[in-house]
Amino acid sequence: MKHRTFFWFILPTFLAMFFFITLPIISVVIQSFHTPHDNILITVENCDPFGCKKVTSIDHEATKELKNEKPLGKFVGLDIYFDRGHLALEQVKQHWNNSENLLSFLSLISDLPFYKAIFFTLTFTFTVTPIMLFLGLLIALGVNAFNRKLKGLIIFFSLLPMIVTPLIGSIILFWMIDSRGIVGNFLQIMFENPNLSLKASTSLTWVTLIVYGVWHAIPFSFIVFYAGLQTLPKDQIESAQIDGANTFQQTIHIIIPHIMPLITFVTLMQLMDNFRVFEPIIGFNAEAHATSLSWIIFNDLGGETRQLSAAATSSILTIIGIIILLLPVLIKTWREFDFKK
Amino acid sequence: MMFNSNKINKTSLNSSSIIIYFFIFLWVFLAAFPFIWTFWGSFKVELDFFSIANWTNAITGENTKQTYGSPFTFVGYHGAWVQEEFWKAFINTSLVCFFVVFTSLTIGTLGAYALSRSNYKYTFWLLIMALIFRSMPPITLVAGYLPPFFEWNLWGTLPTTIIVLVSINQPFTLWMLHSFFQNIPKELDESAKVDGCSQYKAFGYVIVPVMWPGIITTGLFSFLLAYNDFAVTAMLLSDENRTMVPQIAAFLGTTYTEGNVMFAVAAVVSATVPLFILIMFFQTKIVSGLTQGAVKG
Repeated sequence: MKHRTFFWFILPTFLAMFFFITLPIISVVIQSFHTPHDNILITVENCDPFGCKKVTSIDHEATKELKNEKPLGKFVGLDIYFDRGHLALEQVKQHWNNSENLLSFLSLISDLPFYKAIFFTLTFTFTVTPIMLFLGLLIALGVNAFNRKLKGLIIFFSLLPMIVTPLIGSIILFWMIDSRGIVGNFLQIMFENPNLSLKASTSLTWVTLIVYGVWHAIPFSFIVFYAGLQTLPKDQIESAQIDGANTFQQTIHIIIPHIMPLITFVTLMQLMDNFRVFEPIIGFNAEAHATSLSWIIFNDLGGETRQLSAAATSSILTIIGIIILLLPVLIKTWREFDFKK
Repeated sequence: MMFNSNKINKTSLNSSSIIIYFFIFLWVFLAAFPFIWTFWGSFKVELDFFSIANWTNAITGENTKQTYGSPFTFVGYHGAWVQEEFWKAFINTSLVCFFVVFTSLTIGTLGAYALSRSNYKYTFWLLIMALIFRSMPPITLVAGYLPPFFEWNLWGTLPTTIIVLVSINQPFTLWMLHSFFQNIPKELDESAKVDGCSQYKAFGYVIVPVMWPGIITTGLFSFLLAYNDFAVTAMLLSDENRTMVPQIAAFLGTTYTEGNVMFAVAAVVSATVPLFILIMFFQTKIVSGLTQGAVKG
């Protein structure tokens, strides 16, 4: 395609992405280096018959003028990155010096809000992804053995957890695990503990969120793997059967290599999606026990205060995190893209 | 000997197939049950939906019968749709979804077509940029939107949110349409051009007609992205312009304190019904869309 034609075709989508993705990223970067101006204080001496007092008050006019002059605020460099709400360098140093081994160090820094969020986000990402890959593959292999009419029905119901709005899905499950809901009730009876509540402890909350994550993500791997199974090389399977390979051996040596590209694809998508975990934390009302990077940004942005600088810094750190996470895949795409001149 | 080994094989297959059947039905149950349960419970009063006395009340609706004389009541729905004016949120969602899908597809089809028909180096970089943008959580951009939107009084309105959602979803739309276009042989454009069409005409008269299945599938996913979004819409819409999902989140706060949890339950079920219908009609399209990106690897 000629450069000119290409330009006109790509222009609208390019403009949209430029103005609403590229520029906002730049703005976020700039904001993360600035903090709102401090109020300018003036000291006035008020004298009355009983003597003179110095009163310090906010000079509203001067503050306003400064804000108009420099709407971004005060340049602080990387200060926000290293403050207590983010990388917390000072506290980390202190904890490092005060702790005897790595484990106690980790438990100490996991109380810092940003590290707490990182720990949950990474735990969520790296537990949900393998579990959903494994269970999705099992279901795909199982469904493959069903007859056609039933398959349609199974796929219909299987799609529900994924298609339904994440916030709604998690709210629905949240109501069920409520101690007055059916699952919560059932668990109390099963463990013979009338006070059992999934919401009360941190570890149980994490488990609940991970179970939700797996429930939400299984349909994706199931559907993709199921589609991959439809293109299996039948002659290879047959010859393996003749050679006496059992189902397990066939799965390991023929089916898995055949769908390997799909496994890579699903892993990539899942890493991206699980890293941004957010809605279940709102839906399960779990922010006391589990926070994620996205939740921190949302929390800073919301409310009366709207701490834009803090949110911007968290955003940049999140983006850096996702780039590190996906670097291997990006390099692979770079190698495989076929450049034709 | 032959028979023997065959028999063993068959019996082991039977017991393993029982396990498989059990496993699959367990999954289908886990996938469907929460929705069926909540749908059923949405016609009950709170004392039945959250049953302290006896969980079977949630099925039979004992307290609902006592209060309203029938085990089914629309009080929750009435409260959500009429009293709390959930219909406004429904209209807002419809508007947002319609315009997001329409605009996304229009500009996405043009862009993806160009990307699929060009092999210059900048094509690769554009696709990689799109992939990086796709991988970023949308919430990370919101801090960049807020200052200019406040400054120019654009914050809180539906059109602003629609444009933002379109742009955020462009990377995904581009990749998906790109892979559909890759499946359409380039010879088709070439032959149209040989016959005297310009690239634009070849696109309009030859490529778009054969692309419809791909466009519809991509449209479904744009719809889902717009419909399901919470983080961006919650941040960018003012209270009166809220769409359904942020409205439900707002309900959660207010209804718990006011004891109107059933309003929230009814709203949740109402917001799920369109998705249910969508899967019913477009199941094969959704499946093909999910696998589309995968097939290309």
